[in-house]
Amino acid sequence: MTAQIPRLRRYARVLARTTARADDLVQDTLERAWTKRHLWQDGSDLRAWAFSIMHNVYVNQARRREPEPLSDDFELSSPPTQERGLELRDLYRALARLPVDYREVLVLVAVEELRYAEVAEILNVPVGTVMSRLSRARERLRLLMSGESAPVLQRVK
Amino acid sequence: MNERHIEENELHAYVDGALAPERRAAVEAYLAANPEAARRVEAYRAQNALLRSALDPMLSEPVPPTLRVRPRARSREWFRYGGMAASLLLAATIGWFARGQTPAAPTEFGTALAKRAVLAHLVYAPEVQHPVEVSARQEEHLVQWLSKRMRIPMRAPQLAQAGFQLVGGRLLPGDGAQPAAQFMYENTEGRRLTLYVAANTDGPRETAFRYAEDDGVSTFYWIEGQLGYALSGELTREQLLPVAQTVYHELSR
Repeated sequence: MTAQIPRLRRYARVLARTTARADDLVQDTLERAWTKRHLWQDGSDLRAWAFSIMHNVYVNQARRREPEPLSDDFELSSPPTQERGLELRDLYRALARLPVDYREVLVLVAVEELRYAEVAEILNVPVGTVMSRLSRARERLRLLMSGESAPVLQRVK
Repeated sequence: MNERHIEENELHAYVDGALAPERRAAVEAYLAANPEAARRVEAYRAQNALLRSALDPMLSEPVPPTLRVRPRARSREWFRYGGMAASLLLAATIGWFARGQTPAAPTEFGTALAKRAVLAHLVYAPEVQHPVEVSARQEEHLVQWLSKRMRIPMRAPQLAQAGFQLVGGRLLPGDGAQPAAQFMYENTEGRRLTLYVAANTDGPRETAFRYAEDDGVSTFYWIEGQLGYALSGELTREQLLPVAQTVYHELSR
């Protein structure tokens, strides 16, 4: 599990957006994983299992919390290098405007390169929902990054 | 599901390299004939690359030493502070582990919480006419009202699994100006339990279950985040424990 911590921190930052909140989420996830370690099936993908725990911890906490104010402060990584700086800053801004459901599908598919079925299992939704979120997330991100305004209508399955 | 939608899913699978090999040619033909779709696919591929280049450096960031897979065991401290072996056993039973940094000493907050809970139980549990201010028939209103007054989102755990139904709840004086809440439950024999909930003012963020007995009332109390909980009833410790576990699980769902 120790080997998964960097990935968990990355997923947490996509969910929780700031480093401090993200590391709290990682800590809570690790504790939950520890108490549930007997439920992990030896040989199954530990990374996917850890992500699904984090997703659940996040969703449960979010339910109890006040909704977070929308903001541009997205602390995704160390300060970007200059050449890609502008592009990355646009990406962070665009991500900050995506609903968390879209952000997590994007990171699990595009960055973690998990299969759609695995993502569905982690998020506890049907594969069709993963596909529709992925489709909307990509289109929204594309519009946001190209400077066009995103469609107002937002349907989250 | 219409054909257009199938194409859409296949476009994404194409972008992610997840397309069945036998569909590859068909999708590529489609893209050649649909410049708009081809532009989107190109944009999505660029997104994937950009996301990776934005997020991959995070994997090599140093991990803060506070993030540990195995929580620091506080077992010896529990013994020393008098939480006793029972707490350990309970903690193991309910699958709870100490947050690394917080000492698990019984806090003043915790003991005061248990005391107030027992007093409130003794006053209201025997009440026939007005056991609660707001009855379970208006559960939603009850929870909203208590959350508003407590200034912390509250929930009334469902204890049907343990054989108890919600009767209702009331607002009570707590510590200083901060109010407390009491939920009352009843089983088919008319036996009543009360769950006393107060804002966690200065205690640790989490503690294990603790047990107290006073005036024939058994109480399990614990702290979880912003709130301290105390479940009281005229039951034996062994009878009350599984109910306390149900409360804990319901609240942590």
